[in-house]
Amino acid sequence: MTKNALGALMVVLLLGVAAYASFFIAPTDAKQGLIYRILFLHVASAWTGLTGFFICFIANLLYVWRRQPRWDWLGVSAAETGLVFTTVVLVTGPIWAHPVWGIWWTWDARLTSTFVLWLLYVAYLLLRTLIEEPDRRALLSALFGIFAFVDVPLVFGSIRWWRTQHPQPIIMGEPGSGLDPLMYKVLFFTWFAMLGLLILLLRQRYQLEAMRGDLDMIQRDLETA
Amino acid sequence: MKNLDSVFAAYMCAWAIFFVFYLTIARRTSALREDIERLKNSQHRSK
Repeated sequence: MTKNALGALMVVLLLGVAAYASFFIAPTDAKQGLIYRILFLHVASAWTGLTGFFICFIANLLYVWRRQPRWDWLGVSAAETGLVFTTVVLVTGPIWAHPVWGIWWTWDARLTSTFVLWLLYVAYLLLRTLIEEPDRRALLSALFGIFAFVDVPLVFGSIRWWRTQHPQPIIMGEPGSGLDPLMYKVLFFTWFAMLGLLILLLRQRYQLEAMRGDLDMIQRDLETA
Repeated sequence: MKNLDSVFAAYMCAWAIFFVFYLTIARRTSALREDIERLKNSQHRSK
Protein backbone atom coordinates (compact mmCIF):
# COMPACT_ATOMS: atom_id res chain seq x y z
CA MET A 1 0.00 0.00 0.00
CA THR A 2 1.40 3.44 -0.93
CA LYS A 3 2.14 6.15 1.65
CA ASN A 4 -0.66 8.36 0.21
CA ALA A 5 -3.29 5.62 0.43
CA LEU A 6 -2.22 4.78 3.98
CA GLY A 7 -2.46 8.47 4.97
CA ALA A 8 -5.93 8.75 3.40
CA LEU A 9 -7.08 5.60 5.21
CA MET A 10 -5.81 6.99 8.53
CA VAL A 11 -7.69 10.27 7.98
CA VAL A 12 -10.93 8.49 7.04
CA LEU A 13 -10.57 6.34 10.16
CA LEU A 14 -9.96 9.40 12.37
CA LEU A 15 -12.97 11.20 10.86
CA GLY A 16 -15.12 8.11 11.43
CA VAL A 17 -14.09 7.95 15.10
CA ALA A 18 -14.70 11.71 15.43
CA ALA A 19 -18.22 11.36 13.95
CA TYR A 20 -18.95 8.43 16.28
CA ALA A 21 -17.73 10.45 19.30
CA SER A 22 -19.82 13.46 18.22
CA PHE A 23 -23.00 11.38 18.12
CA PHE A 24 -22.53 8.74 20.82
CA ILE A 25 -19.86 9.87 23.32
CA ALA A 26 -20.47 13.61 23.74
CA PRO A 27 -23.36 14.23 26.16
CA THR A 28 -26.60 15.76 24.86
CA ASP A 29 -26.96 19.51 25.43
CA ALA A 30 -29.70 20.33 27.95
CA LYS A 31 -30.97 23.40 26.03
CA GLN A 32 -30.52 22.52 22.35
CA GLY A 33 -30.79 18.73 22.40
CA LEU A 34 -29.56 16.79 19.37
CA ILE A 35 -29.05 19.78 17.03
CA TYR A 36 -26.04 21.08 19.03
CA ARG A 37 -24.03 18.08 17.69
CA ILE A 38 -23.47 20.15 14.52
CA LEU A 39 -21.08 22.17 16.75
CA PHE A 40 -18.33 19.55 16.43
CA LEU A 41 -18.38 19.70 12.64
CA HIS A 42 -19.03 23.46 12.40
CA VAL A 43 -16.45 24.70 14.93
CA ALA A 44 -13.75 22.17 13.95
CA SER A 45 -14.20 23.14 10.25
CA ALA A 46 -13.95 26.84 11.18
CA TRP A 47 -10.68 26.33 13.12
CA THR A 48 -9.28 24.18 10.32
CA GLY A 49 -10.25 26.74 7.67
CA LEU A 50 -8.51 29.50 9.64
CA THR A 51 -5.45 27.22 9.96
CA GLY A 52 -5.47 26.90 6.15
CA PHE A 53 -5.60 30.69 5.75
CA PHE A 54 -2.78 31.08 8.28
CA ILE A 55 -0.61 28.67 6.22
CA CYS A 56 -1.52 30.71 3.12
CA PHE A 57 -0.51 33.93 4.92
CA ILE A 58 2.89 32.51 5.97
CA ALA A 59 3.48 31.14 2.43
CA ASN A 60 2.57 34.56 0.95
CA LEU A 61 5.03 36.33 3.26
CA LEU A 62 7.74 33.81 2.38
CA TYR A 63 7.07 34.27 -1.34
CA VAL A 64 7.39 38.05 -1.09
CA TRP A 65 10.64 37.59 0.85
CA ARG A 66 12.28 34.68 -1.02
CA ARG A 67 10.51 34.70 -4.44
CA GLN A 68 10.61 30.89 -4.66
CA PRO A 69 7.74 29.28 -6.65
CA ARG A 70 7.15 26.62 -4.00
CA TRP A 71 5.79 29.28 -1.58
CA ASP A 72 3.38 30.45 -4.27
CA TRP A 73 2.25 26.84 -4.80
CA LEU A 74 1.75 26.38 -1.05
CA GLY A 75 -0.10 29.72 -0.80
CA VAL A 76 -2.68 28.92 -3.47
CA SER A 77 -3.10 25.34 -2.22
CA ALA A 78 -3.72 26.50 1.35
CA ALA A 79 -6.11 29.25 0.19
CA GLU A 80 -8.22 26.82 -1.82
CA THR A 81 -8.25 24.20 0.96
CA GLY A 82 -9.08 26.82 3.62
CA LEU A 83 -11.89 28.05 1.39
CA VAL A 84 -13.41 24.55 1.24
CA PHE A 85 -13.46 24.30 5.05
CA THR A 86 -14.96 27.81 5.31
CA THR A 87 -17.64 26.80 2.79
CA VAL A 88 -18.54 23.92 5.13
CA VAL A 89 -18.81 26.47 7.98
CA LEU A 90 -21.10 28.73 5.93
CA VAL A 91 -23.31 25.78 4.94
CA THR A 92 -23.56 24.03 8.32
CA GLY A 93 -24.07 27.31 10.23
CA PRO A 94 -27.49 28.14 8.71
CA ILE A 95 -28.61 24.48 9.01
CA TRP A 96 -27.88 24.77 12.76
CA ALA A 97 -29.22 28.34 13.07
CA HIS A 98 -32.65 27.74 11.54
CA PRO A 99 -34.10 25.44 14.27
CA VAL A 100 -32.33 27.34 17.09
CA TRP A 101 -32.68 31.03 16.08
CA GLY A 102 -35.70 30.69 13.79
CA ILE A 103 -33.73 32.30 10.92
CA TRP A 104 -31.20 30.94 8.43
CA TRP A 105 -28.92 33.97 8.40
CA THR A 106 -28.39 37.38 9.97
CA TRP A 107 -25.86 40.09 9.10
CA ASP A 108 -24.18 40.18 12.53
CA ALA A 109 -20.44 40.81 12.97
CA ARG A 110 -19.36 37.14 13.10
CA LEU A 111 -21.43 35.90 10.18
CA THR A 112 -20.64 38.94 8.02
CA SER A 113 -16.89 38.88 8.72
CA THR A 114 -16.80 35.14 7.93
CA PHE A 115 -18.69 35.69 4.67
CA VAL A 116 -16.32 38.55 3.77
CA LEU A 117 -13.38 36.23 4.52
CA TRP A 118 -14.85 33.65 2.13
CA LEU A 119 -15.30 36.34 -0.57
CA LEU A 120 -11.73 37.61 -0.08
CA TYR A 121 -10.24 34.16 -0.73
CA VAL A 122 -12.56 33.61 -3.72
CA ALA A 123 -11.18 36.95 -5.02
CA TYR A 124 -7.62 35.69 -4.34
CA LEU A 125 -8.26 32.64 -6.54
CA LEU A 126 -10.02 34.71 -9.23
CA LEU A 127 -7.12 37.18 -9.31
CA ARG A 128 -4.76 34.33 -10.17
CA THR A 129 -6.82 33.41 -13.23
CA LEU A 130 -6.55 36.98 -14.58
CA ILE A 131 -2.73 37.21 -14.68
CA GLU A 132 -0.87 35.01 -17.17
CA GLU A 133 2.77 35.80 -16.37
CA PRO A 134 3.71 33.36 -13.52
CA ASP A 135 6.06 35.64 -11.50
CA ARG A 136 3.72 38.62 -11.65
CA ARG A 137 0.74 36.38 -10.76
CA ALA A 138 2.61 34.94 -7.78
CA LEU A 139 3.69 38.35 -6.43
CA LEU A 140 0.34 40.10 -6.84
CA SER A 141 -1.62 37.22 -5.36
CA ALA A 142 0.84 36.96 -2.44
CA LEU A 143 0.33 40.67 -1.69
CA PHE A 144 -3.45 40.26 -1.96
CA GLY A 145 -3.28 37.16 0.29
CA ILE A 146 -1.43 39.13 2.98
CA PHE A 147 -4.15 41.80 2.80
CA ALA A 148 -6.96 39.18 2.89
CA PHE A 149 -5.59 37.67 6.10
CA VAL A 150 -6.36 40.96 7.92
CA ASP A 151 -9.97 39.71 8.13
CA VAL A 152 -8.98 36.63 10.18
CA PRO A 153 -8.41 38.56 13.48
CA LEU A 154 -11.73 40.33 12.80
CA VAL A 155 -13.52 36.96 12.54
CA PHE A 156 -11.82 35.82 15.76
CA GLY A 157 -12.58 39.04 17.66
CA SER A 158 -16.08 39.71 16.29
CA ILE A 159 -17.90 37.75 19.01
CA ARG A 160 -15.66 39.27 21.70
CA TRP A 161 -15.85 42.92 20.62
CA TRP A 162 -19.48 43.23 19.46
CA ARG A 163 -22.90 41.93 20.51
CA THR A 164 -23.86 39.25 18.02
CA GLN A 165 -26.63 36.77 17.31
CA HIS A 166 -23.85 34.18 17.03
CA PRO A 167 -23.06 32.56 20.43
CA GLN A 168 -20.22 33.89 22.58
CA PRO A 169 -16.79 32.16 22.41
CA ILE A 170 -16.38 28.68 23.90
CA ILE A 171 -12.60 29.08 24.07
CA MET A 172 -10.99 32.06 25.84
CA GLY A 173 -14.44 33.49 26.54
CA GLU A 174 -15.88 35.19 29.61
CA PRO A 175 -15.99 33.39 33.00
CA GLY A 176 -18.86 30.88 33.05
CA SER A 177 -18.78 30.37 29.28
CA GLY A 178 -17.56 27.16 27.65
CA LEU A 179 -18.47 23.51 27.28
CA ASP A 180 -18.71 20.33 29.30
CA PRO A 181 -15.17 18.76 29.63
CA LEU A 182 -16.22 15.71 27.59
CA MET A 183 -17.59 17.97 24.84
CA TYR A 184 -14.22 19.76 24.75
CA LYS A 185 -12.42 16.42 24.32
CA VAL A 186 -14.68 15.43 21.41
CA LEU A 187 -14.32 18.89 19.84
CA PHE A 188 -10.51 18.82 20.01
CA PHE A 189 -10.43 15.27 18.67
CA THR A 190 -12.66 16.32 15.74
CA TRP A 191 -10.35 19.27 15.08
CA PHE A 192 -7.37 16.88 15.11
CA ALA A 193 -9.13 14.65 12.55
CA MET A 194 -10.00 17.71 10.43
CA LEU A 195 -6.35 18.83 10.52
CA GLY A 196 -5.49 15.38 9.14
CA LEU A 197 -7.97 16.01 6.32
CA LEU A 198 -6.46 19.49 5.75
CA ILE A 199 -2.96 17.99 5.41
CA LEU A 200 -4.23 15.29 3.04
CA LEU A 201 -6.07 17.76 0.77
CA LEU A 202 -3.27 20.34 0.97
CA ARG A 203 -0.69 17.73 -0.09
CA GLN A 204 -2.76 16.66 -3.09
CA ARG A 205 -3.44 20.26 -4.09
CA TYR A 206 0.24 21.21 -3.71
CA GLN A 207 1.28 18.33 -6.00
CA LEU A 208 -1.19 19.62 -8.59
CA GLU A 209 0.27 23.14 -8.38
CA ALA A 210 3.84 21.80 -8.63
CA MET A 211 2.82 19.92 -11.80
CA ARG A 212 1.36 23.16 -13.16
CA GLY A 213 4.78 24.77 -12.53
CA ASP A 214 6.43 21.97 -14.55
CA LEU A 215 3.92 22.51 -17.36
CA ASP A 216 4.70 26.26 -17.45
CA MET A 217 8.42 25.44 -17.69
CA ILE A 218 7.94 22.96 -20.57
CA GLN A 219 5.73 25.47 -22.39
CA ARG A 220 8.38 28.18 -22.01
CA ASP A 221 11.06 25.78 -23.31
CA LEU A 222 8.91 24.98 -26.33
CA GLU A 223 8.28 28.65 -27.04
CA THR A 224 11.98 29.53 -26.91
CA ALA A 225 13.02 26.44 -28.97
CA MET B 1 -34.97 12.66 18.04
CA LYS B 2 -36.04 16.22 17.20
CA ASN B 3 -33.89 17.90 14.48
CA LEU B 4 -32.19 14.65 13.49
CA ASP B 5 -32.83 15.57 9.83
CA SER B 6 -30.96 18.89 10.26
CA VAL B 7 -27.96 17.18 11.89
CA PHE B 8 -27.96 14.54 9.13
CA ALA B 9 -28.20 17.26 6.43
CA ALA B 10 -25.29 19.21 7.93
CA TYR B 11 -23.02 16.14 8.04
CA MET B 12 -24.02 15.01 4.53
CA CYS B 13 -23.43 18.49 3.05
CA ALA B 14 -20.01 18.73 4.71
CA TRP B 15 -18.81 15.32 3.51
CA ALA B 16 -20.20 16.00 0.03
CA ILE B 17 -18.23 19.28 -0.16
CA PHE B 18 -14.98 17.58 0.94
CA PHE B 19 -15.55 14.65 -1.43
CA VAL B 20 -16.31 16.88 -4.44
CA PHE B 21 -13.16 18.94 -3.71
CA TYR B 22 -11.08 15.75 -3.53
CA LEU B 23 -12.56 14.59 -6.87
CA THR B 24 -11.85 17.94 -8.57
CA ILE B 25 -8.20 17.74 -7.46
CA ALA B 26 -7.93 14.18 -8.82
CA ARG B 27 -9.59 15.18 -12.11
CA ARG B 28 -7.41 18.28 -12.56
CA THR B 29 -4.27 16.26 -11.74
CA SER B 30 -4.99 13.58 -14.33
CA ALA B 31 -5.83 16.21 -17.00
CA LEU B 32 -2.58 18.06 -16.24
CA ARG B 33 -0.57 14.82 -16.34
CA GLU B 34 -1.92 14.16 -19.84
CA ASP B 35 -0.99 17.71 -20.93
CA ILE B 36 2.55 17.32 -19.57
CA GLU B 37 2.99 13.98 -21.37
CA ARG B 38 1.71 15.48 -24.62
CA LEU B 39 4.04 18.48 -24.36
CA LYS B 40 7.03 16.31 -23.42
CA ASN B 41 6.41 14.20 -26.51
CA SER B 42 6.24 17.27 -28.76
CA GLN B 43 9.40 18.60 -27.05
CA HIS B 44 11.25 15.34 -27.92
CA ARG B 45 9.95 15.46 -31.49
CA SER B 46 11.12 19.07 -31.96
CA LYS B 47 14.63 18.07 -30.76
